Amino acid sequence: MSDFETVAATEDQSARRGVSGEPGTPDRAGEPNRPRSLAGDAWRDLRRNPVFWLSLLLVVLVAAMAVAPGLFTANDPRDCVLSRQHAGPSGGAILGYDFQGCDTFARAVYGARASLLVGALSALITGVIALVVGMLAGYFGGWVDAVLSRVIDIVLGIPLLLAAIVLLKRVSTSGETVRLFAVILVLALLGWTTAARVVRSSVITAREQDYVAAARMLGAGNGRIMWRHILPNALAPAIVVLTIALGSFIAAEATLSFLGIGLKAPTISWGIDIDAGRVHMRESATPLIVPSTFLALTVLAFIMLGDAIRDAFDPKLR
Amino acid sequence: MLRFILRRLLQMVLAFFGTTLIVYALMFAGQGDPIQALAGERPVTAAQRAYLTEKYHLDATGVGGFFYRYLNYLGGLLRGDLGQSLTGRQIGDILAAAWPVTVKLAVIAMAVTILVGVTAGVIAGIRRAGVFDHATLVLTLLVLGIPTIVLAPLAQYFLGVRWPIFPPTAGAQPSLWALLLPGIVLGSLSLATALRLTRTSVSENLRADYVRTARSKGLVRRRIVGVHVLRNSLIPVVTFLGVELGNLMSGAIITEGVFNIPGVGFNLFRGIRTEDGPLVVGIVSVLVVVYLLSNLVVDVLYAVLDPRIRYE
Repeated sequence: MSDFETVAATEDQSARRGVSGEPGTPDRAGEPNRPRSLAGDAWRDLRRNPVFWLSLLLVVLVAAMAVAPGLFTANDPRDCVLSRQHAGPSGGAILGYDFQGCDTFARAVYGARASLLVGALSALITGVIALVVGMLAGYFGGWVDAVLSRVIDIVLGIPLLLAAIVLLKRVSTSGETVRLFAVILVLALLGWTTAARVVRSSVITAREQDYVAAARMLGAGNGRIMWRHILPNALAPAIVVLTIALGSFIAAEATLSFLGIGLKAPTISWGIDIDAGRVHMRESATPLIVPSTFLALTVLAFIMLGDAIRDAFDPKLR
Repeated sequence: MLRFILRRLLQMVLAFFGTTLIVYALMFAGQGDPIQALAGERPVTAAQRAYLTEKYHLDATGVGGFFYRYLNYLGGLLRGDLGQSLTGRQIGDILAAAWPVTVKLAVIAMAVTILVGVTAGVIAGIRRAGVFDHATLVLTLLVLGIPTIVLAPLAQYFLGVRWPIFPPTAGAQPSLWALLLPGIVLGSLSLATALRLTRTSVSENLRADYVRTARSKGLVRRRIVGVHVLRNSLIPVVTFLGVELGNLMSGAIITEGVFNIPGVGFNLFRGIRTEDGPLVVGIVSVLVVVYLLSNLVVDVLYAVLDPRIRYE
């Protein structure tokens, strides 16, 4: 339960910072004839940030595992032989075998796919909902804003883990793919509110800018102003929130699978493996520690990446 | 003030009906055959089926039937009658036995949060950009980034099994000592957030005009920080702690499950594992009410604590 609260708390911070993260004018022009853009400025800062490179490296590594797990291990994670239960490292199994006699390392590598799939797709759906809702509420204001803000308040008031338990019980007997998409949908439906608030506040800031007034005077319609002028400015804070949310969605998926209501075998998930390793920790702790490390590093990588990008886009914080 | 509380109460009543309706609709409406779901894999005789249909008014169909059963469930919830779990125990009795343990655990977690989190936050806020500040920022990032399902089993393994400093699990009647490690694990998350909140709040207030005034009046630094800055800085922290206490009360599902603590979260954990539908719904319904109530208390507390906030 507390996992989600923390996630909410970290996102709250980003939401608060996101408000102030309005696109400022570049205060120090680099080359005299070519003023740097906000993105260019941010990139200059990011390039010199070791945390950014470290977290990016981790993210790329995990993404590679998800796409091509065969590159990292030659063993089949589902090839389990009980006779080598908790056996030490041998052959391709560099970290030994777990309680069921499966290759611990291979299972951790193959677990990246489900985690990243859930994280990325949930973040994508979250992003779409948040952009649409935030844009409508922020741009039109008035009763549209009032209604949408109340909806956000209500969804924000639902305790995430409890709601997920109730929702996912409905698919407890369904197949592998249905469960996967149920988890993605549930996380996205309960998790879009913070991002929507961030988008809304940055749209409200952008709406009052001179270039929007200029565009309107030139005869641009609402659709064009929203799409061409406001969206690019609302995107940066949204991407930051979504990067952090991606990490927390991965943590949430693992938590649900750990409880036994998220993904289930034969899907390979870090949450399931952590639960299995926990039960037999007295005999051998490696099957617990390996998936735990993979999960913690992945979640941390996304949170640090989001933090680094936010710091680069919001120099006022330093 | 009274008007604000009344309005807030009214909002809560609406939210209560809304959330219970959603919980109820999702759990029971539209599922294939509730009687078969209740019985699981076992066959149901015609007599049992007739008895259950009569008992739960399952013969009424359509919207009217659904609302009839919903109001039935709501009435039971309000009277404190949560029905029976699949194992035949009264859910109310299970919760009554579990609640004191959960409260004990929550109080330990809260104490850890306040003692360590707020103190360290104040120090980091005063010495901003110092070594201590940077160290706490990195540490809190780690704590915030590592999920409980990693933190709890690893703490149990390293501090309970590998180097047996703490008892690895709590028993049926857990002592305070056995609850200490789970309390620290549970509190570590709110600790990290409380620390960051205190730090930001203190360092912001240190730049305020009234601090400069106090300093130019010649007050010693200890008095400025201890009396003037702290009083203003702790308002958001107290609010946050209030919300957290509500969350902790609603049971730490993972922590209680891992450390075998027979609290509310543990019973929910077991209910999910054993597919005990009525137990899960009963506990979730009560937890939602606890959650709504704690939010209400915090909102009112906020208005009392900070007179600058007006709700009109």
